[in-house]
Amino acid sequence: MNFATDPMNSIIEIFRGWLLSLGVSSSWAQFILFVIGAGILATIPMLITLGLIWAERKLLGRIQDRLGPNRVGPWGIFQTMADMVKIFTKELITPKNADRIPYNLAPILSVAGVLALWAIIPFGISIIGVNLNVGVLYLIAVGGFGTLGFMLAGWGSNNKYALLGAFRAIAQLISYEVPMAISLLIPVMFSGSLGMADIVASQDVWYIVLSPVAALVFFIATIAEVGRSPFDLLEADSELVSGFNIEYSGLKFGMFYVADFLHAFTVSLLFTTIFLGGWRGPLAAQYPWLGFVYLLIKTVIVWFLSVLIRGSMPRIRIDQMMFFNWKVLTPLSLGLLVTTALVGKAIPAQQTALRVIGLLIMNGLLLLITNFIWRAVSSSKVRPVVTAEPYGGQTTGIKEVSS
Amino acid sequence: MTPIQIVFIIIAAVTLGSALMVVSARRVMHSALWLVLTLLGVAILFALLDSRFFVVVQVIVYIGAIAILIIFAVMLTRHAMSDEGSPLNRYWWAGALVAAVFLASLIGILSTWGNFSTQVRTATQGGENLVTLGLSFVDPSGYLVPFEVASVMLLAALIGAVYVALERRGEKK
Repeated sequence: MNFATDPMNSIIEIFRGWLLSLGVSSSWAQFILFVIGAGILATIPMLITLGLIWAERKLLGRIQDRLGPNRVGPWGIFQTMADMVKIFTKELITPKNADRIPYNLAPILSVAGVLALWAIIPFGISIIGVNLNVGVLYLIAVGGFGTLGFMLAGWGSNNKYALLGAFRAIAQLISYEVPMAISLLIPVMFSGSLGMADIVASQDVWYIVLSPVAALVFFIATIAEVGRSPFDLLEADSELVSGFNIEYSGLKFGMFYVADFLHAFTVSLLFTTIFLGGWRGPLAAQYPWLGFVYLLIKTVIVWFLSVLIRGSMPRIRIDQMMFFNWKVLTPLSLGLLVTTALVGKAIPAQQTALRVIGLLIMNGLLLLITNFIWRAVSSSKVRPVVTAEPYGGQTTGIKEVSS
Repeated sequence: MTPIQIVFIIIAAVTLGSALMVVSARRVMHSALWLVLTLLGVAILFALLDSRFFVVVQVIVYIGAIAILIIFAVMLTRHAMSDEGSPLNRYWWAGALVAAVFLASLIGILSTWGNFSTQVRTATQGGENLVTLGLSFVDPSGYLVPFEVASVMLLAALIGAVYVALERRGEKK
């Protein structure tokens, strides 16, 4: 191991040697290194967010034929800094009857739930926070903290609109966790391990090639988990004042805001790690820092795609959101799980080319069948025409007209 | 004292304290939130034993599913915000007695177990072997029958939930 090939671990070893030479016992040295590592791993994503917010606003501006931020610094690059200073100086308002501890805990939990995901992402062959043997389960477990944060925010605010917003948000989050968890089982089946480092290491063929449908389901489910357009009905800016975070101001609102932008980037990072081969690329095994560069490039491409979708897709209604999750994505991912298991057993892993072709054909067939059923169902179901009457008297003002 | 021991004492104190708060908090909602903290404390104790699978399962099942379900149920009850009544009723002493007897008998049974006074043993380095764990669930000489019985019971509960929630034809309007 030398500095040129693996700078991260050399720095760690130099630092550990320095601590030991000071007379610190080895268990305390390990403890100090863990604390510093956790601190760095939690700080870097927050700094990245500064750039992310600017980039996303700029991109959305260009997509919508606007300029986006363009006043502070070249191309408006320091706009986020100005926003940050503004948000620091704003008053922190707590509603009079709010439940203080849940109210103040909610923003922290929602940021922590996103930051905790970074602990298990392999940034290079030897750069990983912790190589958990249950990494994929950990992803789903940490998602629960985000849900808890939303729930505490909605309840702690002591505001019925915040509570309703929280119900909407949680209904979406726990629903889309189902197809996400099932689609995550497919990489686990391919690699035979729940650990993220093993999943990356076993991707000689990227899993998006082996199972494009799983990647698609995971991508859609993560967009819904982040609550981005077209699934942004939990805080539809143009229709509602806000969602569960209506009572938050200043820095506490800022934490929800940061968690939102950071979550969008983090799920791109997860998508890259699980389906696009993570840090893998030419020479990445010899030079871990090169793997980090590859990972970053792939992640930015996926993230750009999600911003493009955010900028161009219309919002769906809440019943469409539920229909799509329970009647399209969940059966599709369950069917995919069964077919992948069958094909995986029928064609041994040694015959890579045959396996790829077989899996691709089955994936394509599944998509075709889903499309066929969806069309049949949606054309047979005609929604009743609803007209509005002038409001007055005891009528409700809405009347159903048979079509 | 090693750092692990210090962390253990802090976490154990927090877990026990929040477990006490679960039964003594005046608002039901606060009890539910203290319960989340208790369960999290147990998860961290598993982490200190290097048992990674159990940490994650504890968080998924107990915090991600059960605690959120409980909070949902509490939020939908009336007066969840303003329920300031005493959590005790006339029979609190009977509950305390049952709990004390149960604790005493648990300790009594566990103290006869051979490994009661051995030192802490952590799981194998890098967590449990998940393949062994998974195989023992589908092995007839392992835990196949309990596993399948639990699966069938969950399926029955699922079908029952769908049946209860099903909108019967003609009942809607």
